[in-house]
Amino acid sequence: MRSLLILLEKEFRQVFRNSAILRMIFMMPAVQLLVMPLAADYEVKNVKIVVVDYDHSPYSRKLVNKITSTAYFTLVDYTDSYNKALTLVEKDQADLVLQIPSAFEKQIVREDKSTLFLAINAINGTKANLGSAYLRSIIADFNQEIRLDWVQFPRMNPQPVIAISSINWFNPLMNYRFFMVPGILVILVTLVGAFLSALNIVKEKEVGTIEQINVTPIRKYQFILGKLIPFWVLGLVILSIGLLLSRLVYGILPAGSFLTIYIYAAIYLLAVLGLGLLVSTFANTQQQAMLLSFFMMIVFILLGGLYTSIDSMPEWAQWFTKINPVAYFIEVMRMVVLKGSTLHDIRFHILATFGFAVILNGLAVWNYRKRS
Amino acid sequence: MKAIEVNNLTKRFANFTAVDHITFDVAEGEIFGFLGANGAGKTTAMRMLCGLSLPTSGEAMVAGLDLNTHAEKIKRRIGYMSQKFSLYEDLTVRENIRFYGGIYGLTNAEIKSRTAEVLANLNITNEANVLVKSLPLGWRQKLSFSVAILHQPKIVFLDEPTGGVDPITRREFWTMIYEAASKGTTIFVTTHYMDEAEYCHRVSIMVDGRIEALGTPKELKANFNAEGMSDVFLKLARKAKRGDD
Repeated sequence: MRSLLILLEKEFRQVFRNSAILRMIFMMPAVQLLVMPLAADYEVKNVKIVVVDYDHSPYSRKLVNKITSTAYFTLVDYTDSYNKALTLVEKDQADLVLQIPSAFEKQIVREDKSTLFLAINAINGTKANLGSAYLRSIIADFNQEIRLDWVQFPRMNPQPVIAISSINWFNPLMNYRFFMVPGILVILVTLVGAFLSALNIVKEKEVGTIEQINVTPIRKYQFILGKLIPFWVLGLVILSIGLLLSRLVYGILPAGSFLTIYIYAAIYLLAVLGLGLLVSTFANTQQQAMLLSFFMMIVFILLGGLYTSIDSMPEWAQWFTKINPVAYFIEVMRMVVLKGSTLHDIRFHILATFGFAVILNGLAVWNYRKRS
Repeated sequence: MKAIEVNNLTKRFANFTAVDHITFDVAEGEIFGFLGANGAGKTTAMRMLCGLSLPTSGEAMVAGLDLNTHAEKIKRRIGYMSQKFSLYEDLTVRENIRFYGGIYGLTNAEIKSRTAEVLANLNITNEANVLVKSLPLGWRQKLSFSVAILHQPKIVFLDEPTGGVDPITRREFWTMIYEAASKGTTIFVTTHYMDEAEYCHRVSIMVDGRIEALGTPKELKANFNAEGMSDVFLKLARKAKRGDD
């Protein structure tokens, strides 16, 4: 027991003397939480549109006004040359080209119909999709308005109309940040748990001090506990800083209890510390450890449901998320923070995460034995 | 009683025999030089004696305990200083002493009094709270040695302790070794400096995993009809078939 205390004393001294670790602990949550939610936003705004107007009628101008009065579109050019519009698309200065045919107004008035032409720059698929969808709904709306002017509806509408009213549960304003911030907190905790702990253990190998430790009466399990406990504590500290920041900056107060979050995080950290330990058994230098953890973190984060919905992933990727601890924590954070889920609601997540902890630590110990 | 008794100790890796049936013993309080060219198997033999790796076959008694059954207990009775620097550079002198004292089970009072002793002996009382990385190499090596014998082990293993150190500091280092030996600590030392071999009470020379010569420097020089230890070493080491590994 005293050996362990002496080890912990030494580890904490080293951590607090290492300015790189301290910077990472305090700067990382600040930067990630303040910058990432602003940039990582699915909403498409400022779609750049070029209108090619061959008609120049009151109707065509009315349509253009309607489009530019929304926040979604920026009118880049208003021209009467389709080739010029296409050049703008080629130079990536425009995303959408709307072509209004000559005699647009006349056709509507006389023949009750006209055709608009839409050309989309589809390099960025999401932007193209959403941009054209917005534009279609604006045109549909415009269509309704002008029909009122020209068509006399019968008293009984022959077309049944179904009105849809919806309610947004758990995130009523559909605030994207409420969705992103809890997920980013998970990444922070994971980085500290897996990344820093692996680097720290490998450092002893690289410098050679581990040889010295091996000839002392310190047992292996004491050494490992001495390494993992400080990062377990640091992980919870960084989680607290993150929760505080998200309260102060984004006004996010978990709907569920903090206790639930901390209990889950405590178990989750056991699993990622096991991952760090496993990495440290493979790597001999800090550089190797860094590259290995970096590779794994990228996979875990991209297939963890932070940026993209797990439900829309291909089936093999969905299976992978079942063995991805990061995906579990992201889901738990969103459940607890947004829905107010209780320990009972996340019991399967807890069980699975505990399973990861046992398996990852077991693998680490097994691989360590095999190699020594 | 002997400090170390080794009998047919062997270490094989796959089909390579690093240490091939070596047999020798070291008396208590003796300074025993363990020489050999690079790749001769010195380090492997030493790692086995420290309990860092298990022998493939053979027996050894270290500090009165059987290596095959009590490797963990042996660790409490020995000290070790490797060629790789073994102190924590980001801890101060005082913190390093406290750490190593603590893991060998010294009480806080013992740590305090021995810290004062070490600082006074090395004449670095003013540098007690300086990070080890800012000390000159010679000071660090002497500090390493002091830390390795802090818990008053029966035997201390030194793996090329003076590598890269200037001649004056090496001299001072050997004075410290003699002092420790005079207090009854057995010294087991490997070195590539043949003048240091002359300082040892007895010397063994390993070639290709086997001990080819063993005796006092005087005996060895007489047996091999050589001027100094380096002649003895050269005559033996030239027979080696193994290169560096």
